[in-house]
Amino acid sequence: MTLPSYCARDRIPARGGVGLKAEHYRTILEQRPDIGFFEVHAENYMGAGGPPHRYLSAIRERYPLSLHGVGLSIGADLPLDEAHLQRLSGLIERYRPGLFSEHLAWSSHDTGFLNDLLPVPYTGETLGRVVEHIDQVQSSLRRQMLLENPSTYLAFAESTYSEIDFIAEVVRRTGCGLLLDVNNVYVASTNQLWDPIAYIDAYPLAHVQEIHLAGYTREADEKGRPLLIDTHNRPVDEIVWELYAHAVTLIGPVPTLIEWDADVPVWATLKWEADRAEAIMFATKSEALRHAAAR
Amino acid sequence: MQPLAERQRSFAAALLAPALPAPIGLIGPDGEPSPRRFAVYRNNVVVGLTETLKDAFPAVHRIVGADFFRAMARAYVMVEPPRSPIMLDYGAGFPDFIQGFEPAAVLPYLADVARIERAWTEAYHAPEASPIDPKAFTTIAPDELPGMRLMLHPSLRVVRSEFPALTIWQMNVAGGIPAPVDPAAGGEDVLVVRPLADVEVRSIPEGSLEFIQALGDGRPVLAALEAALTANSRFDLSGNLSDLLGAGALVGYRLAPDTRRP
Repeated sequence: MTLPSYCARDRIPARGGVGLKAEHYRTILEQRPDIGFFEVHAENYMGAGGPPHRYLSAIRERYPLSLHGVGLSIGADLPLDEAHLQRLSGLIERYRPGLFSEHLAWSSHDTGFLNDLLPVPYTGETLGRVVEHIDQVQSSLRRQMLLENPSTYLAFAESTYSEIDFIAEVVRRTGCGLLLDVNNVYVASTNQLWDPIAYIDAYPLAHVQEIHLAGYTREADEKGRPLLIDTHNRPVDEIVWELYAHAVTLIGPVPTLIEWDADVPVWATLKWEADRAEAIMFATKSEALRHAAAR
Repeated sequence: MQPLAERQRSFAAALLAPALPAPIGLIGPDGEPSPRRFAVYRNNVVVGLTETLKDAFPAVHRIVGADFFRAMARAYVMVEPPRSPIMLDYGAGFPDFIQGFEPAAVLPYLADVARIERAWTEAYHAPEASPIDPKAFTTIAPDELPGMRLMLHPSLRVVRSEFPALTIWQMNVAGGIPAPVDPAAGGEDVLVVRPLADVEVRSIPEGSLEFIQALGDGRPVLAALEAALTANSRFDLSGNLSDLLGAGALVGYRLAPDTRRP
């Protein structure tokens, strides 16, 4: 499948970005902060009109935008919701996002929309369904999508693939790109007793076009084992920054988003985290160049 | 091996039914079942939805307090989970649910406060439309007025309460200061509209709601006036029209086909 590329001013630069929150609309328009890009949840802009569209339009005139879906339910056994695809298509036409991403998860069932990113068993059957759905998304939206790795709290007895093998096979069969959520890597690795460094080393990094960073909450399961919850309600943890530095050493500078969706802090806090991501990706780049020059 | 359809059916069913055990085959890193891990998803779904309702109904939340609201929202989520992935539209049925929610019966005005908040949300996300210039009517001949049809702003909503629900709402939104209110002080009719960027909520005089509803049904000014006069024999037509124009509630008008011409 040939997918159209987007023009240069829509492209998301390899810089730090922030998930756009309504609390910061005015500050951003007044201060015009120097930031690489903003990202929005597509579903928050599926109202017909009103302030969300007014602000997003004004912000989009000044910044590159990435569109992140949370409701398409790509991992569901159910067929994709055509009306939802149409709405996504309308948003893409209107706001020309440089990247569009969705999750390896499901959230819709016969009972309705479950409003959470639920995990999928890694089986051949799920793989077939996910591949079919991503093919449908990419041909319907006429562009490549990025698939985000999940934060999981449990595993399925029926799984026959590792998470990484499953994702690599989806990429191979669909030609989709990847969004590497480093916080999700740490959360899932802790919960599943995987080695997060080995996870990143084995990941199909050549296909990663964006990184997400966020904060998690620490709990414990019934056996006292750590159970990390992907809460997006606090700063990025130091260990996740370290993993991020490791990832960008391998990938190089890449658009990196700070996600903070609950107990949203003042703008300066988010900006500081985005700046930190940028500093890390470019420090890593100059380090890599020094290594190359020394060789 | 468990088919995907069956896996997701049982997973979804158990999410919204706390009495059901966690589905089999959901395991921790030792391969053993872990209900605590499944409970994270259960909790995420319910907390996520109750938070969505809290954001959409801040005055109701402030009136009943966090614990009561959480219990009431949780009960609603169980009977009316969202049908659509667009969370900004979730909660359309919450006011009616509150009306029938037995523990809230001691606050008979609560459902109407929720109706005002729902109208606010709908107005906030409604399509854009430009209000007509308040001076537009000065060019219209008085004898054309009765047959004229007026187009309401797509964000316009009206709410009728037999309680002072607007007064109570105003005291319980940001910047409001709660004070004693006599629930028997009489009813209030409320107009909610978002002419440009901001949602405006205001009290409207007796008969105005009937007038606006008739206009919204596409009936001409004369028929709307008759509806208003049935509710209030002293209904002030020009005062109401100028209030609607001033509120940015009108986006167009259509004169009746001219019958005087041969």
